[in-house]
Amino acid sequence: MRVRVRSRVSIIRTGGFAAVLLKIVRTESGRVSGRCAPTDVTDQATRPCEDYRTPLQNASGSTIGVVKMMRLLQAVGQNSLAAAAGVGDFAMFTSRAVAAVPATRHLGGRWVRAVHEQGVRCLPVVTIVGLFAGLVLGLQGYYVLARFGSEGLLGTFVSLTLTRELAPVLAALMIVGQAGSAISAEIGIHRNSEQIDALTTMGIDPIGYLITPRLFAALVVFPILTTVFTLVGLAGGYFSGSLLLGLDPGVYWSAVHSAVRPADLTECLLKATVFGLLTIAICCHSGFTTHRRLGVSGSRAVSLSTTRGVVLASITTLAADYLITSFLI
Amino acid sequence: MTELSPHPILTVSGLRKEFSGHVILDTVDLAVPRGSIVSIFGRSGAGKSVFLKCLAGLLAPDAGVVRFERESIGGIRSRCGYLFQSNALFDSLTVLENVALPLEQTTRLARNDILQAAHDALISLGLDAFADHFPAQISGGMQKRLALARALVTHPHLVLFDEPTAGLDPPGRTAVFEMIVEYRRRFDFTAVIVTHDVPEALAASDRVALLDEGRIRFEGTPSEFTASDDCIVKSFGDSNVAIRREDDN
Repeated sequence: MRVRVRSRVSIIRTGGFAAVLLKIVRTESGRVSGRCAPTDVTDQATRPCEDYRTPLQNASGSTIGVVKMMRLLQAVGQNSLAAAAGVGDFAMFTSRAVAAVPATRHLGGRWVRAVHEQGVRCLPVVTIVGLFAGLVLGLQGYYVLARFGSEGLLGTFVSLTLTRELAPVLAALMIVGQAGSAISAEIGIHRNSEQIDALTTMGIDPIGYLITPRLFAALVVFPILTTVFTLVGLAGGYFSGSLLLGLDPGVYWSAVHSAVRPADLTECLLKATVFGLLTIAICCHSGFTTHRRLGVSGSRAVSLSTTRGVVLASITTLAADYLITSFLI
Repeated sequence: MTELSPHPILTVSGLRKEFSGHVILDTVDLAVPRGSIVSIFGRSGAGKSVFLKCLAGLLAPDAGVVRFERESIGGIRSRCGYLFQSNALFDSLTVLENVALPLEQTTRLARNDILQAAHDALISLGLDAFADHFPAQISGGMQKRLALARALVTHPHLVLFDEPTAGLDPPGRTAVFEMIVEYRRRFDFTAVIVTHDVPEALAASDRVALLDEGRIRFEGTPSEFTASDDCIVKSFGDSNVAIRREDDN
């Protein structure tokens, strides 16, 4: 069957729609790879580019729509496969970091340094954000509860909001912004300046040396900073509710005491631990794979890795928060 | 020149590496005699650094075998040093800590013994006065010596040099090759050097090889290289001499 593309009508008349569609896709693929494609399905000889009009140029309407849809599906498929491969790679990376513990020498010293890097440096920002979060919760909560004559429940409102949701999530986002970005950039620069290759040639496992201490530091730092965030937030709520708006301090603190159950504290610390593990692992992985950014290198690759690490870690925090809450609630 | 052992310390056979369908190394064969200095020349993009990374096990070859003293290359890292073109020093560690790092992480020596060994290596390379400095606080030549000290502190049998003279002026390039020859004699290692500096490398090396279009086009002694009738070998040598004259002016 010889099918020559002239118009949409002729395509339908010849009944060769599928063949032409196939040819369009092949032709477009050929154009992408820089080759001139034949105009005829059976004709394999190439023609000069200047004489050539692609079937897509000749065809129109629904044919073009179908081709675009196929391309869209192809792109979705490719991106889905890449995402699945990325998740698998990340899981392997994290597993290797955990498995490297027995073989890593002087892990304690590097762990202390990582705790300082993530914990001490993030303490001011977590404290400030926790204070303002508590202040705002106290103000908003007081006026909303006052409408129903329930100002006495302000302590319950502030404490449960902080322990169950705000403290783990906001503390994690602050640590990601402060320490996660620094970790991602530093490891990216290690990769760029061949320091990771240098570790490999010295017989040192770069994951054990660079990643493991940071991952285990996060397991300690995140719960501690989340606790600090909660305590400072409660103090902020007390400041705006009792000192500024006149709620009796005894009422506020007794509501806090009676509202927060051990299960709430467990949820708070569980979330902090999971967020710490996930976010620091994501930031480390992003920096460690800086060299895999196709088409970019040098400082641009480090910049992209850092941005990607922080964005992914932030989104993962919120997604993990939803999942954990839905299981525990 | 030193008396070379007939038994190669490093044997490369049929090494092949390609990236995205582009063949970089195509069936490369090379034997490196024990105790020798072997320099590898080639145009930019000829695959010299890729070849060296395959030797060090940083890149997995698509085909072929690299054997170090009859072992697969994967298990030799404790006996192999690598001097990177960029030196790859840890800028958050001091000069002493950089040198002590491989001992700390790969041996069970006591802390004092590690510091002593690192300090001895710094004395050998004339860097002991800068032990507490950070890499960014010392000159480019000193950084090169520091990278060499770090590579030599574990007493490796084989040291791979990736363009050790990159970014240095002509006297600096000569000094680096003199340093390699001197330390090879003192520490008794085998050296494989990837370089563009043909005149200096010919003076310092026991054997040389020319990598061209993914294959070893020439392999022999420096005198055989200069006497070669091969047009690529001749043009390569001539062009480097011309470049060197321009540099000197």
